[in-house]
Amino acid sequence: MKKLFNSALAALLVSTGMAWAAPDAITVGMVLEPPNLDPTAGAAAAIDEVVYANVFEGLTRFGPDGAVRPGLASSWSVSADGKVWTFNLRAGVTFHDGTGFDAQDVKFSLDRARDPVSTNAQKVLFAGIESVEAANPQQVVVRLSAPDGAFDWKMAWGDAVIVAPESAANLATNPVGTGPFVFAEWVQGDHVTLTANANYWGGKPALAKATFRFISDPTAAFAAMMAGDVDAFPNFPAPETLPQLAADPRFKVIVGSTEGETILAMNNKLAPLANIKLREAIAHAINRQDIIDGAMFGYGTPIGTHFAPHNPDYVDLTGLSNYDPELSKKILADAGLSGIKLRLALPPPTYARRGGEIIAAELRAVGIETEITNMEWAQWLEQVFTGKDFDLTIVSHTEPMDIDIYARPDYYFQYARPDFVALIDKLKLTSDAAARSELLRQAQEMIARDYVNGYLFQLAKTGVANAELSGLWENSPTQANDLTAVRWGSAPAEAVQPTSAPAADPAAAPAAAEPAPRLDPSLSIEAEAGKVIFEETAGGIGCAACHGIDAQGELGPDIRGKDPVLILNALSSIAEMMELGVSKEEIDLVAAYLRYLHDLEAH
Amino acid sequence: MKPGLAIGAVLAGVALIAALVSLVWTPYDVTALAIAQKLQGPSPLHWFGTDHFGRDIAAMLMVGARTSLAVALVAVGIGIGLGVPLGLLAAARPGWADELTMRGNDLIFAFPSLVIAILITAVFGPSAINAIIAIGIFNIPVFARVTRAGALSLWTLDYIRAAQVAGKGRARISVEHILPNIANLLIVQGTIQFSLGILAEAGLSYVGLGAQPPLPSWGRMLAEAQTMVTLAPHVAIFPGLAIVATVLGLNLLGDGLRDALDPRLRRAR
Repeated sequence: MKKLFNSALAALLVSTGMAWAAPDAITVGMVLEPPNLDPTAGAAAAIDEVVYANVFEGLTRFGPDGAVRPGLASSWSVSADGKVWTFNLRAGVTFHDGTGFDAQDVKFSLDRARDPVSTNAQKVLFAGIESVEAANPQQVVVRLSAPDGAFDWKMAWGDAVIVAPESAANLATNPVGTGPFVFAEWVQGDHVTLTANANYWGGKPALAKATFRFISDPTAAFAAMMAGDVDAFPNFPAPETLPQLAADPRFKVIVGSTEGETILAMNNKLAPLANIKLREAIAHAINRQDIIDGAMFGYGTPIGTHFAPHNPDYVDLTGLSNYDPELSKKILADAGLSGIKLRLALPPPTYARRGGEIIAAELRAVGIETEITNMEWAQWLEQVFTGKDFDLTIVSHTEPMDIDIYARPDYYFQYARPDFVALIDKLKLTSDAAARSELLRQAQEMIARDYVNGYLFQLAKTGVANAELSGLWENSPTQANDLTAVRWGSAPAEAVQPTSAPAADPAAAPAAAEPAPRLDPSLSIEAEAGKVIFEETAGGIGCAACHGIDAQGELGPDIRGKDPVLILNALSSIAEMMELGVSKEEIDLVAAYLRYLHDLEAH
Repeated sequence: MKPGLAIGAVLAGVALIAALVSLVWTPYDVTALAIAQKLQGPSPLHWFGTDHFGRDIAAMLMVGARTSLAVALVAVGIGIGLGVPLGLLAAARPGWADELTMRGNDLIFAFPSLVIAILITAVFGPSAINAIIAIGIFNIPVFARVTRAGALSLWTLDYIRAAQVAGKGRARISVEHILPNIANLLIVQGTIQFSLGILAEAGLSYVGLGAQPPLPSWGRMLAEAQTMVTLAPHVAIFPGLAIVATVLGLNLLGDGLRDALDPRLRRAR
C-alpha cells in the first residue's frame, strides 16, 4: 500500500510536470540574523556565517580543519627576520560587480582595516602592519613593525577579507566580494539569498542557490528541520532533539568542535567580583558536567581556561577550579563574604538560558544568591558587552585563538592584568613554535589562577543536515558556513545530475529513492472489463455518471489510480455510493482500469 | 448543587490546596537540580516524572500553582479594588463622570493584556510583579462595567429613592445599598476573571514575560517542554493538564455560582 502510494506519487509528480525542489539549491538555518553583511565592520559571528568563503575571500583562508590555506594569494613567503611578507596574487579574479582584482585592492583593504577610523572588529589583526605595498598588480608586500610568525593565519580571518574600493562603502547591505557566491537578496528578519558566481576563479560550486534562513526559536528550528523547510542547520539550537533527528533516516547529525569557549564571565572591575576570593569560590561552586548534561544534553567538553581543548597548546587546568561546594563555602567564610547577591544576565542561546538556571542553583547551594535577567542580544550587547553594567553573564567566545581578549583593558570582563598584557605582547613578537607554546601555557594558567571567569565548556558544533547533503564542515575552526563544497548526494559532481538527484524536500525523498515502476500503458484484460463496469454497469449507471468518463471528477472527485481498498471504503461510507451494490471482483476490475487511466496520464 | 459547580469546586480546590501545601511541604526541593535524574518518566518516586534539570514535576506544579493563584488573586484584587469604585461612581453620577470613567475603561479595554504586559516589561523588565500589574490593569474595566451595569438598574428602584429622600448622599447609598446588592455579580465575575488571570499568567510566562526563573511557573514549564515533547511527553502533559484543569474548574465554578446566586435564574428553574 505504502509502496503503491509512493510510486503513484512519483508517477503523479512526473505526470503533472510538478517541479522537484531544485537539487542545486539549499536552505541553511541559522539562529541569529547578521546585523549587517560587512565582515570588515562588525563583530557578529552571524556575518561571517553567511559571507565568509561564500561571498568574501581573504589573501589566505581557513580550511575545514582550521589550517591556513591559499585564498586570493596563491602563494606567499616570509623574510628571514619574519617582518616582510610577500603575497603572490591569483590572476583572473574579478569582484562580483565586474571590477578586477589586483594588488591595489589588497593594499586598499588592509589600509582601510588598520585606519584609525576603521570600524573593523579585530583591528588587532592588522596592528603589526607597518606598510602595505603593491609591488606589481600580482604581488603585495606587507612590512611588519615586528616579526610575526602568524601573519598568514591572521589574514585568514573573516575580518581580513579583501574588498574593492568601488564597493567598500555599501558592503553592509550590498556585499561585493570575489567568492563563489554572489549576494542576491536580504529580506530582513527572514533570509539572505546567495547565487552561484558564474565568473568564479576557482572550482565552480555545486549549488546554484543558497538561502540562509534565520530561526532563533529552538522549537521552530526543530519544526523547520522536520518539515524540510531547512536542509541544514549547522549550529542546531535544540540539542535535546538530536537523538531523535539522528534516528530519522532523513537526517544526519554532525557533531564536531568549535572555537567557542563558553564562560561564566565576571565583571573583574566591579565590586564584589573584583575580589578574587569570590571569583574563586564561584569557580569551585560550578559543576561543569551538570551544565554540559543539563543545558547541552551532553554535547560539550569541560575547559579550565580560555582555550580550545583540540588545540595542541591546550593545558588542562580544570583541576584548578574543580567542583567542590564545601571548598567554595570555606573560601567564602574565610574571606568573610556572606549575603552576596549578584545579577546574572542571560543572552538568548540555550547554553546561556539553561546553563544560567543551573549555575544559579549551584551558587545558591553555596550561599550566593543570583537574580536572573533574560536579555535579547541587542540589550546584552548594549548593557553587558558595551556598557559593562553586569555582574555575571554566560556567553560563548567563538573566535579562534582569542585568549588575547584578556589583555584588552576595555573588554567587558575587564581583566587586563599588566603581567598578562606583557605576556601577550611578548607572544605577538614570538614566532618560534616551542616558545609560543610555553607563552600560551603561561597565559592560560595565569587567567585560570586569577579565576578571571568561570570556565565552563567548549561548545560542540551540533549540526543537523539532510542525509543527502555532503560537504558541510564538521568542525567550526572559524565562524563560517562554507558552502563551496556542499552538494546534494555524496559523489562528486558527475553523479549528481539534476534528473537523478533526490528532491531537496526530504519528505519527498523516499518516493524519489524508490523509482516508479515503468508500467505498460496498454489496456489489460482486467482493465478492459473494469472499463465496462466503470462506464456503464456499476450500480446500473456506471461510476462515470458521477466521476466523469475519464474519472477526472465531475460530481464526485478525481479517482484515477485509486486502489481497491479506497474504493471499498468509499462504497461503504459515502451515502450516495452505498446503494450501488458493486461486488468485490468488480471493485478489483474497476481499480485495474483506474490504474490504467492514471498511468496513461503519467506517460 | 449542580454537578458543574461540584466538579468546578473540586478542581479549583485541588489547585488551591496544592498551592497552600507547597508553602510548608513539597515532595522535593524545586530549587535543587539533579541533572543525573533528568527527564525521568512518571514513577512511584516521582509521580509526574522529572524535568530537564531533574526537578520533580509534581513539586514544581505545586509551587507553580502558588505562583499562578497568587498572580491571579492579586490581579483580580486590583481589578475589584479599582474597577468597582469606578463603576459605582459612573452609575452614581450619570453625565460627565460616567462618560469619563467609561471611556477611560474603553481605552484600556482596547489593549490586550499581552500588549500591556509587553509595554510594562519593556520599561521595568519581566517579573511576576509586572505580570500581576498587567493582568490587574486589564481587569479594571471588566469590573467597572459589571459594577456600573448592576448599579444602574438598582438606582431606579424605590428603596434607593427612599434612601435618597431620607437624605443619604450618593456615595453612602452606593456603599450601603448598591454594593451589597451587586456582590453576587462581582463574585461570579471575580471567579471568571480569576481563571482568565491564571490563563494570562501562563501565557505571559510562556513568552518569558511572567515569573522569572528559578520561580516555577506553569507557563514557563510548558515553554521549556516544547522541544522535549517527543523525547519526554510528560514534561509538557502535566503542566498543560494543570492549566486546563484549574481554568476549567474555575469556569465551572463561576457558571455554577452564577446559577446559584442569580435570583432570576433560580426562579426560572
